[in-house]
Amino acid sequence: MKLPSPRHLLLLPLSLVMLTPLLWMVMTSIQTPNESQQFPPVLPSGIHWQNYTNALHAVPFGRFFLNSVIVTAACVLGNLVLCSLAGYAFARFRFFGRDLTFVVILATLMVPFQVVMIPTFLIMKDLGLIDSLGALILPNLVTPFGIFLMRQFFRTLPAELEEAARIDGCSRLGTLVQIVLPLSGPALATLAVITFLYSWNDFLWPLVAIQSEHHMTLQLGLSTFQGAHATDWTLLMAGNVMAVMPMLLLFLLAQRQFVRSIAAAGVKG
Amino acid sequence: MRILRSEHTAGWLFVIPAVVLIVVFALLPIVWALLLSFQSSDFVTPAKWVGLANYQALRHDPDFRAAVVRTVEYTAIFVPLVVFGGLGVAVLLNAKVRFMGFYRTAFFVPVACSTVATAIIFNWLLDPTFGLVNWVLGWFSLGPYGFFQDPNQALYSVIAMTAWGWIGFNAIVYLAALQSIPQELLEAAEIDGAGRFLTFWRIVWPLLGPATLLVVVWSSINALQVFDEIYVSTRGGPLQATTVVVYYLYEQAFRFFAAGYGAAIAYVLFAAILTLTLLQMWIGRRRVHYTS
Repeated sequence: MKLPSPRHLLLLPLSLVMLTPLLWMVMTSIQTPNESQQFPPVLPSGIHWQNYTNALHAVPFGRFFLNSVIVTAACVLGNLVLCSLAGYAFARFRFFGRDLTFVVILATLMVPFQVVMIPTFLIMKDLGLIDSLGALILPNLVTPFGIFLMRQFFRTLPAELEEAARIDGCSRLGTLVQIVLPLSGPALATLAVITFLYSWNDFLWPLVAIQSEHHMTLQLGLSTFQGAHATDWTLLMAGNVMAVMPMLLLFLLAQRQFVRSIAAAGVKG
Repeated sequence: MRILRSEHTAGWLFVIPAVVLIVVFALLPIVWALLLSFQSSDFVTPAKWVGLANYQALRHDPDFRAAVVRTVEYTAIFVPLVVFGGLGVAVLLNAKVRFMGFYRTAFFVPVACSTVATAIIFNWLLDPTFGLVNWVLGWFSLGPYGFFQDPNQALYSVIAMTAWGWIGFNAIVYLAALQSIPQELLEAAEIDGAGRFLTFWRIVWPLLGPATLLVVVWSSINALQVFDEIYVSTRGGPLQATTVVVYYLYEQAFRFFAAGYGAAIAYVLFAAILTLTLLQMWIGRRRVHYTS
């Protein structure tokens, strides 16, 4: 008879502590307002769905969600396409000014967002894009990190396949799309996951760039919702559950991919 | 046709969309922000050149100085906490025991929780009157505490909240590094009679060097830029107890419309981040040994 590992003595209580905030959020979201205002806390007497409908009536969560989906999808797609193109050229072609351009792009990676935030606001104002989803999409369509990631990956692939395709008359773009990208699944997945996490959770830039409720992303909408209903905890938690759930479900379904991407981006970045 | 086929043209055609976007939304703003930091601007009327006045004002601004001290304190506590916390969790998770899938999910799931959602949850958990944490502390005859509402506790409460979201992230990086350590090395150490502690200290920890450097640099950069959770939970209060540098920058630029002053704060932050990162890399380069 094998004894259970002593690790459980640490792992079990610690993992419960890590899960408690999320469980507590769900529990409060189904309590009646009266139950949540008890000390010591009490368990919910039943499932009080009313909080969810109230939260949906208080602010347009559907709209926030849709805006977040639009912005995130555009940014992920933009990064996949543009970083692949640029990363491939930097990895394989010899062209005038290549190394200097690449170094300059890498250098911008060092600059914190707060530095570019104020001028980007002014640029967006000049373009007439302040308070529109365009302001959230345009600056994030391509990232220096993504270009770097794709370039490093392409350089690990053997060049012979591409040379053979070129000799057979395949164009450069055709070679990238038909030969290289099908072999680049892991790198593309990493880029997609990192971009997805970043744009879905971005807060400071939407806070600065968006004013009207109609154009708010989920994170910004959630924060204004909290500002307007400061201590209405059952309502807030119901809204929070709705805002967090899609991401949590996605994470649970694709945990391996998420973990691998974060580790890969971390190790390579 | 000839010119279209040349590698120079092809190269530029491939990179041009990315380069244009990076020039417009990174390079141009970087230069513009530097110029702006030498100007007095309110976003609307034309900016006026003021030389170093913004930077001089910063040097004598007691609120800015307080924000810097707070950010340093936040970083000095947060970074060791999430680095060693992440390492500890990764070591615990690096084993083949039952329920490991559940444990990993429990530690990693906060990574998927947005900063805003995290802050709203902790606002509730740390509520002075009805919060769960005060109830639990009450079992040990501790509290009740004010947490976010107590100027002496607000910053530490913010650290506890942000650490919850970050430990899992660092654990992911450390776990990947732990799993890439060749098993033979550990077996060899065991055969040579090295105990667990000695094996960890002499073999595992040095091999984790690159991961440690990465996690330290990345956690520090993010600590110096902390904003989201503070905006949602305390709005820099109470009594400015959680007004860190980026929060101060946000207030100056987008509440008081001092764009030039804000840009100067941003450049000071940039210099601080760059200095700290280069210092950490320099120390790392001398200590960390990269294999392969």
